[in-house]
Amino acid sequence: MNIASLAPLAVVLPILGAALTFLLIRHSRAQRAVSIALLSLTLLLECLLLSSVWEGGTAAVNIAGWLPPWGIVLVVDQFSSLMLVVSSAVSLAVLIYATGQGMADGDQDAPVSIFHPTYLILVAGVSNAFLSGDLFNLYVGFEILLTASYVLMTLGGTGPRIRAGVTYVVVSVVSSVLFLISIAMIYGATGTVNMADLAIKLGDLDPGTRTLLHVMLLVAFGIKAAVFPLSFWLPDSYPTAPAPVTAVFAGLLTKVGVYAMVRTETLLFPEDTLNTPLMVAALLTMLVGILGALAQSDIKRLLSFTLVSHIGYMVFGLAMSSAAGLGAAVFYVAHHITIQTSLFLVTGLIERRGGSSSVDRLAGLARLSPLLGLLFFVPAMNLAGIPPFSGFLGKVGLMQAGIELGTPLAYMLVAGGVVTSLLTLLAVARVWNRAFWRKTTDADHPDPVLLAAPADAHTGRLDGRNTVTLLPRSMVGSTMGLVVLGVALTVFAGPLFTVADQAATDMLDRSSYIQAVLGEGAPVPHVLTFGGAP
Amino acid sequence: MSVNLTLLTVMGALYACGIYLILERSLTRVLLGLMLLANATNLLILATGGYAGLAPFYAKDTPAQDYNDPLPQALILTSIVISFAVTAFMLGIIYRTWVLARQDEIQDDVEDRRVAETPSFDAEDDAEVPVETSEFPLTMIGTDGRAVSDRSPSDHAAAGKQEAEEPTITAGARRIPAAEAAAEEQPGSQNVALGPEGGPR
Repeated sequence: MNIASLAPLAVVLPILGAALTFLLIRHSRAQRAVSIALLSLTLLLECLLLSSVWEGGTAAVNIAGWLPPWGIVLVVDQFSSLMLVVSSAVSLAVLIYATGQGMADGDQDAPVSIFHPTYLILVAGVSNAFLSGDLFNLYVGFEILLTASYVLMTLGGTGPRIRAGVTYVVVSVVSSVLFLISIAMIYGATGTVNMADLAIKLGDLDPGTRTLLHVMLLVAFGIKAAVFPLSFWLPDSYPTAPAPVTAVFAGLLTKVGVYAMVRTETLLFPEDTLNTPLMVAALLTMLVGILGALAQSDIKRLLSFTLVSHIGYMVFGLAMSSAAGLGAAVFYVAHHITIQTSLFLVTGLIERRGGSSSVDRLAGLARLSPLLGLLFFVPAMNLAGIPPFSGFLGKVGLMQAGIELGTPLAYMLVAGGVVTSLLTLLAVARVWNRAFWRKTTDADHPDPVLLAAPADAHTGRLDGRNTVTLLPRSMVGSTMGLVVLGVALTVFAGPLFTVADQAATDMLDRSSYIQAVLGEGAPVPHVLTFGGAP
Repeated sequence: MSVNLTLLTVMGALYACGIYLILERSLTRVLLGLMLLANATNLLILATGGYAGLAPFYAKDTPAQDYNDPLPQALILTSIVISFAVTAFMLGIIYRTWVLARQDEIQDDVEDRRVAETPSFDAEDDAEVPVETSEFPLTMIGTDGRAVSDRSPSDHAAAGKQEAEEPTITAGARRIPAAEAAAEEQPGSQNVALGPEGGPR
C-alpha cells in the first residue's frame, strides 16, 4: 500500500484527539497524555509522508472514492509535506510548553479545560489547509483553524483579550467572506473548484476576468498572511493572548496564508503578471513592519511587528516567480515558523521570570538566568539574519535570486531586505541590552520578582505563601527543543535547500501536481513565466 | 450561464447594508453586518448555479440540462453552518464585552495609544550620559600621571553603600524587602502571565 494514501490521517488524527480530549475534560492528566500522544503520532506520520513524497513524487488521495474533479481531493507534494512536518513539530513543542505551564501553575481546578480540544482542532485545520487540493476544502480548512483560533485568542475572557479578540474575529470573518466570494466567482466562471482542474481551465478565461479573480484571492489571503497594507490587525490582536497561543499563531496562521498565496500564484494564476504589485507590497511590508517594531517597548508587540515585517521576505521570494526565488521563500517559511515560535515561547518564559514583558521594566536577566539569555539570543540572532544561522542563509538565497532577476525593483527589494535585516538586529539588540544586560537597579520600575533571590536558581522556584516555579523544566525543555530545531535548520540547510528548490521547481512546472490529481493523461497547459525565468 | 435578476438585486442590497453596518463602532451592528455579508455571499453562490431546475436524478430519461447544479447548494450549506458558528461565538463575545465594560462598543487599544504618545526622545538611548554607568568603569592615566576615574568620590561611596544593603522596593508609602514582595507575586497577579488553560486563580 502506498504510504501517501494515509494523508487524510494528518487531519483525522488531531480531530480524533480533539474528540477524546473533550470526553476526558475532567481528567487533565489523561487529556495531556492523549493530546501529546496523538500529536506525536501525527508528526511521525507526516515525516513518513515527506519521505514517501521525496521518493515517489506528488500523490493525491480521493476522499470517499469520488473521482476528481467532482470529489474532494487531498494532495501531498513536497511543499505541503514539508509544511506539515514543520508545523506539526512546532505545534507539538508548543503543546508541551502549554501543558508544562498548566502543570506548574496547578490547573486542576482551572475553569477552562477546553484548551486541548481546541488546540488539536487548530492543528487539524492547519493540516487540512496544507493538504487540500480543492479550493472550497481550503476554505473549510481555513474556517476550522480560524474558529479554533477565535476560542484560543479569547481564552479566559479577560478585558484585553476580548478587545483583541473582537478585532481579530471581525477581520478574519471579513477575509473569509472575501475568500468565499472569490470561490463563488471562480466557480461561476469555470464550473469547478478543484485546483488541478482550475489550473487548466483558468488559462482559457478572458485576461480581465482572470486578473479580477486573481486579485480577489490575493487580497483574501493577504489579510490572513498580514501583508501590508492588510496587516494592521495583527500587532493589535496577537500580543494579548497567552504566550503559547501567541507562539503557535505567530508560527502557523500567517504561514497558512502565505502557503495559500504560493498556491494561487504558482498553480492557479501563473499567467498573470501581478509580480510588480506583489513586490511593492513585499517591500512596504518589510519596511513598515520593522519600523513599527522599533517603536514598541513590549516584547510581544515588538515580535508581532517583526512577524509582519518578515512576511515581506516570503512575498518577495514568491513575487520573483523564479525557481531560485520560490525555493528560497519555501526555505524561509520553514525557518521563520520555527524561529518566530521559539521567540514567542522565550518571551513567555521572560514574562514569568521577569514579571513583565515590557523592556522598560525588565533588567538583569542574563545574570539571573543565563540559560534564558542563551534561549533568547540564539533565535534572536537567527531572526536578524546573522551568519551562520538559517535566517542568514534564507536571506542570502532571496538576495541571490533577486540579483539574478536583475530588474530595478528587484534591486530595491534586495536593498530593502538588507535594511530590514539590520533594523531587526537593532530591535532585538535593544531588547537584549535592556532586559538582559543592564543592571536591575537601572530599570525604572523593576518588578519585585527580579530583585528576589529564588530558592532554586535553576528552575527559579520561589518559596513564599504559595510555592511558584518560575521556569519549569518542561517549559524550558520544549523551548530549548525548538531552539535546537532552529539550529538544526542551519546545520541541515543543504538538504533542506535541496527539498525547497525541488518543491519550487515542481510547483512552477505544475505537471506533477495536475497529473497526480487528474491522471497521467491530463493536459498540462504551457505557461511562459514572467521574465523568462526557468 | 443565466442568472436571476431579483437574486442579484437582493444580493447587492445585502452587501451594501452589510458593509455599512460593519463600519459601525457598535458590536451588535458589526455582527448584523457580518451576517448580512454571509447571506449575500450565499446568494452569490446560488446565482453561480444558474436558473432553478429539477433536483438531480429526478427521473431516468430527463435531459441533463433540466437539472439544477447541486454543487453550489452543497457549498451554501457548508457556509451557512460556518457562519452560524461564528455568529454564536460573536454573540458570546458581545455579551462578555457588555459584562466587562458595560458598553457595546469596540474598546481602544491602550498600549497603542501609549506608544503613539511616547516622545521620540528615549532617556535610555538618547540621553547624554554624564558618568560611566558600565560595570567596568573606565580608569585612565591622566596627563599628570595621576589615575583618573570618571566617577566622583561621592559616587563610589553611594555605590558601595547600595550594594551592602538588601534590595528593597517601595510599596505605597513604605519600603519592604524585595524578597518578601516577590513572594506575593504569583502567576495570576498583574505581573505574571495567566496559564494557557486557566483564567485568574
